[in-house]
Amino acid sequence: MSFAIPAAERDDILQRHAAAIRGSLGTRLATIGAVAAVLGLLVYGLTTLETTLWRVLAGLGNLGSFVVLMLPPDPGSWARAGIFVHALFETIAIAFLGTVLAAFLALPFGFLAARNVVANRIVHFLARRSLDTVRGVDALIWALIWINVVGLGPFAGMLAIMTSDFGAFGKLYSEAIEAADRKAVEGVASVGGSKAHQIRFGLLPQVLPVIASQVLYFIESNTRSSTIIGIVGAGGIGLYLAETIRTLEWQQTSFLILLILVAVSAIDFLSGKLRFAIIGRRAV
Amino acid sequence: MTLAIDRNDPAIRAYAESYRQAAAGKRRQTLIGIAVFAACIWLSALGAEVDLGRLFENIGRFPNYLWQTLPTLRLSSLGADFAEWYWGLFRWLRLLWQTVLIAYVGTILGATGAFLLCFAAAANLGRAPWLRFAVRRFLEFCRTVPEIVFALIFVIAFGLGPLPGVLAIAIHTMGALGKLFSEVVENIDLKPVDGVTATGGNWWQVVRFAVVPQVLSNFASYALLRFEINVRGASIMGFVGAGGIGQDLIEAIRKFYYTDVSAIMLLVILAVMLIDLGTERLRHALLSLESRS
Repeated sequence: MSFAIPAAERDDILQRHAAAIRGSLGTRLATIGAVAAVLGLLVYGLTTLETTLWRVLAGLGNLGSFVVLMLPPDPGSWARAGIFVHALFETIAIAFLGTVLAAFLALPFGFLAARNVVANRIVHFLARRSLDTVRGVDALIWALIWINVVGLGPFAGMLAIMTSDFGAFGKLYSEAIEAADRKAVEGVASVGGSKAHQIRFGLLPQVLPVIASQVLYFIESNTRSSTIIGIVGAGGIGLYLAETIRTLEWQQTSFLILLILVAVSAIDFLSGKLRFAIIGRRAV
Repeated sequence: MTLAIDRNDPAIRAYAESYRQAAAGKRRQTLIGIAVFAACIWLSALGAEVDLGRLFENIGRFPNYLWQTLPTLRLSSLGADFAEWYWGLFRWLRLLWQTVLIAYVGTILGATGAFLLCFAAAANLGRAPWLRFAVRRFLEFCRTVPEIVFALIFVIAFGLGPLPGVLAIAIHTMGALGKLFSEVVENIDLKPVDGVTATGGNWWQVVRFAVVPQVLSNFASYALLRFEINVRGASIMGFVGAGGIGQDLIEAIRKFYYTDVSAIMLLVILAVMLIDLGTERLRHALLSLESRS
């Protein structure tokens, strides 16, 4: 027995349900238009951005030879390896301290920007917008500014990470505070708790795990951003990364990249464990 | 009737004792946690060469710097002052447009790469475990190495200009979006997949007719989100010579052209904000399109 449909019946079905199978003319035109616009802008971009096929091929050839030169990863000497590991330690220190300090400093601003704490619209608006502006400036630019204040070195990098995270944390806190459940606070108030009790036993247990897990996320992502902050001279492994790339010491470059990959995945693993320990097996 | 509790009741005392022990255990844990935390802070303060004396000595320079970037705008000659502040407006707008284009082309190329790889990386569709493992590690590599490091290497391989910036952003985007895309694919409804398989479709047909229609709007939404992040990323690509407005920005910062710094920063922040608004509109439109069908 065959399940095949006779050709005539098939044509008939196709004709009757043409609209359902092909879609209406309007949606088809809209789809074609959208795809054409996306591709058109892509082609325009590729032509204005000096991407000629010849240049891409030549570059890929260079890149291939660099990759061959990168193998095997080799720091050059033990002394050099020691310097690199010390720079990695500096990088992690920058990320950790910068994030933690930002987390503490942003706390009062988080309350200022939370709609249910500060009712004054102007204060609320100003707090939000200034946090947005701080967040909109890249950490590399903050690093350049802080270098003018405290000089070259990891201290400037730490301050830069702190400043750019300050904006992000302020926003996150204000959202966490706005989303907090009032019932726990009211419960504490109803058994005679003071204002301090309400915050300590009603609000803090709700907000703290969220904040702690966000801080851990930020330490993770800041380890990545603090690896590049050395490119402008603000400490950490980025200085050596830029230096070895510019002097074409490819084996040392690949060693540094390997070091970063190992450190980042170790921190990912550690903070994953810690996050579960803090918030329990509950998704945030 | 009274609800008073007899505190000398042996049963109550046993409870009180066990509560006391539990509380003491928890307190001990908290104290150890605080000690470890303080040790980490101390260690990283050493590592980051924190020097509070130097900070307090020079802290005045920070607001001073920000203050100096502010232009002198007088009400009597507002137009002329504004023209002086934005003396390089056309050049900066051209570079800003280039920055946005770098981000756009990088996003499209990266999203295409992520689209091609995500089906192999998804746990529910990936056919060979070794291939899935390899694709996942590759995507992880692409997103862990910062894009500016790729840009540094590409500038040497491809020469100065926007091309290395585009490629660096594309590779980083591929890594980041590949992970998100494969997570979307892992969360699809498997019934259409079963349906296409039951009618004899091969793997490609399953992906084309059962998976792609379910995930496309989510993919587009993530790609738009990434575009906005990439505009920020592209604005600093010029720091290492990879095109865009970053070149002029770092020059202004290094040479202390204070008002130029604020003018360019304002342009970048404005552009990012506009793109943020635009992509948010588009994303909402996409999501409502999905809920309607």
